[in-house]
Amino acid sequence: MSWQKTFLSQLDEAGIFVKSEHVSPVVEMWQIDDKHWQHFAKLAAEHKMRWAAGWAEQVEGLFYVHACFEKSGDYVLLRTTINVSKPELPSQATVYAAANRSERHTHDMLGIEFMNHPDPRCWTRHKAWNKHDYPLRHNFSVQGSPAKITPPDTGYHFIQSHGVGVYEIPVGPVHAGIIEPGHFRFQAVGELILNLEERLGYVHKGTEKIAEGRTPESLAKLAGRVSGDTCVSHTWAACIAMEQAAGVEISKRAALIRGIFAERERIANHLGDIGAICNDVAFTFAFMQMMRLKELWCRTNYELFGHRFLMDKIVVGGVVVDVTEAAGKFIFTEIEQLRVELADLIPAIDLNSSLEDRLYTAGYLSPETAAHFGTLGFVGRASGQDFDVRRDAPYAPYDSVQVKVAFEDQGDIASRFWVRYKEINASMKLIEQFVEQLATLPEGDLVADWQTPKAESYGLGIVDGWRGEIVSYVRFGENNTIARFYPRDPSQLNWEALEKAVLNNIVPDFPVCNKSFNCSYSGCDL
Amino acid sequence: MLNTFKKIFSVGMVTEKYKAAYDEELETLGIEIKRRIDHKFTGSLAIRAVDAGSCNGCELEIHALNNPFYDVERFGIHFVASPRHADILLVTGVVSRHMETALLRTYDATPNPKWVIAMGDCASCGGEFGVSYASCGAVSNVIPVDMTINGCPPTPLVLLKGLLTLMEEKK
Ligand code: SF4
Repeated sequence: MSWQKTFLSQLDEAGIFVKSEHVSPVVEMWQIDDKHWQHFAKLAAEHKMRWAAGWAEQVEGLFYVHACFEKSGDYVLLRTTINVSKPELPSQATVYAAANRSERHTHDMLGIEFMNHPDPRCWTRHKAWNKHDYPLRHNFSVQGSPAKITPPDTGYHFIQSHGVGVYEIPVGPVHAGIIEPGHFRFQAVGELILNLEERLGYVHKGTEKIAEGRTPESLAKLAGRVSGDTCVSHTWAACIAMEQAAGVEISKRAALIRGIFAERERIANHLGDIGAICNDVAFTFAFMQMMRLKELWCRTNYELFGHRFLMDKIVVGGVVVDVTEAAGKFIFTEIEQLRVELADLIPAIDLNSSLEDRLYTAGYLSPETAAHFGTLGFVGRASGQDFDVRRDAPYAPYDSVQVKVAFEDQGDIASRFWVRYKEINASMKLIEQFVEQLATLPEGDLVADWQTPKAESYGLGIVDGWRGEIVSYVRFGENNTIARFYPRDPSQLNWEALEKAVLNNIVPDFPVCNKSFNCSYSGCDL
Repeated sequence: MLNTFKKIFSVGMVTEKYKAAYDEELETLGIEIKRRIDHKFTGSLAIRAVDAGSCNGCELEIHALNNPFYDVERFGIHFVASPRHADILLVTGVVSRHMETALLRTYDATPNPKWVIAMGDCASCGGEFGVSYASCGAVSNVIPVDMTINGCPPTPLVLLKGLLTLMEEKK
């Protein structure tokens, strides 16, 4: 952790005093004074640290405000405390664009004023609660005091454009396709997109608030529903956080099985999305074939493990279902078959010139923009962001294997397509290795005994879901109950990058650009 | 081009046969039907899917209905882009308060006669999210519901059986 030493001495020189605490092998907690909040961000940016997540919580008369940074696979969980009676903090969004929406979310949920924030509009709050009410404060009840019918949020000030031939297209929240709700505001001239603004928050379900007071088991279930397509990885991240807080060590077997589940989830989603990208440019053959492969894959999940998306199969302390020897054999044959299928399909897709026409150069996200917004996962990796938690901050079982990270730098839809294809291949290899390792361990030994964590203990789970890095924070209260849960889905950062990737594309290409990112609404709105 | 055709022929048809559920089967499948579709609609049903606050798990299974195994269109069931073209609203998720008005407007925009299916535990009974400052809970708390399909998410098989049974004339 050599960079941390240098950085700490730099902070020291700048008069920023740091109180540090060891959280996990990859995470250090640094507590600083609130007046240094923004200055820290400036120095961190100079030091090329990535801003990964931000959230806050009320602890009696104080707010704990957090920001999570990463560099070379080492994480710093920055914390400061401010008084509930004077909830002000200089904004880090002035330094890190990635912090923008996160701070607005924190403002809407807790009423913390981020001073000099570049965008003072609300984000998560529409009209379900009043301007000066803050759902995550202790004095706000879970039920709140909603109106009989919640009116629509009509007062949001979208960026306007003027000029000859410039027009505006509002889309959503209810879309034409079978997708989640959200609003897009396009400014266009002719077919060309001049600007896109997203307005999300429609599927805000109070996830953070209803997490409070839950048992660890029940939180694991809720975490699996932060974003249904990522149920495995979100549950995993939340479980790591809880296990860290409680000092519970899971068995090697359980870790391997978690790894198998997470890679199966990645493959399922990539298969489906590769198909869907082809569908959005009207190449139905590839769409149907990929959907067929995804269906077969989900059926195996169901037959072997009891759920098509493996929901609720990861629990605190381990997993609820074993990968038996027979299941392992089946998985091997299935992977062999998938390889054969893809060997037929991918060249057929690759040779299709109309597809080439639509996917290359479209939806371009430059490596600079990707870095600017802290873009994650396959979107980041297709735009030169060479980062993967599994390789750079490995957790069990990835610490026992070599993780090959797919990488491209052209930044267009085709790049994202190819990164996903490469990730399918890499995941298949990982699953094979995990299954092989399982054979050397005795069956059973799936769930470790739970220990009630001390009140105030906390943990930070960081895993690489199929969309990229997930950061999950859990703090316990008294009697084994959850005091705070905050999951940061990669979508939260990738959404902003999408706004830039569609610029200068034509409006009809928006669906395929959007699909090539496939951000989660639910995971972002919480 | 050649390898495309080769693949199409070598894979062949994977579409499977499905039938409406027997009355006794309904409960085990977690399907509850309050009002069936009028006979005159049974050959062709237009569905508008509305995510009113789901975790997106339910959407994945709606998508699966269109894959070649289930191929829902052969039963005359198709998904449409506007509620104005729909006979059925297939609603997923709890109704988040931020989506409440949008759902009401979508319901109003759907021409009569119309049916509403609440798909998944969230939509049918509130599921893991329930009622809170941010969520109205089950769909029936906001608009009238004619059929509920439990499951988190319901499998495409159950979903398809539910749709077929809804369309079937009650003997
Ligand atoms: S029923 Fe389950 S899968 Fe469907 S929206 Fe609710 S939590 Fe998600």
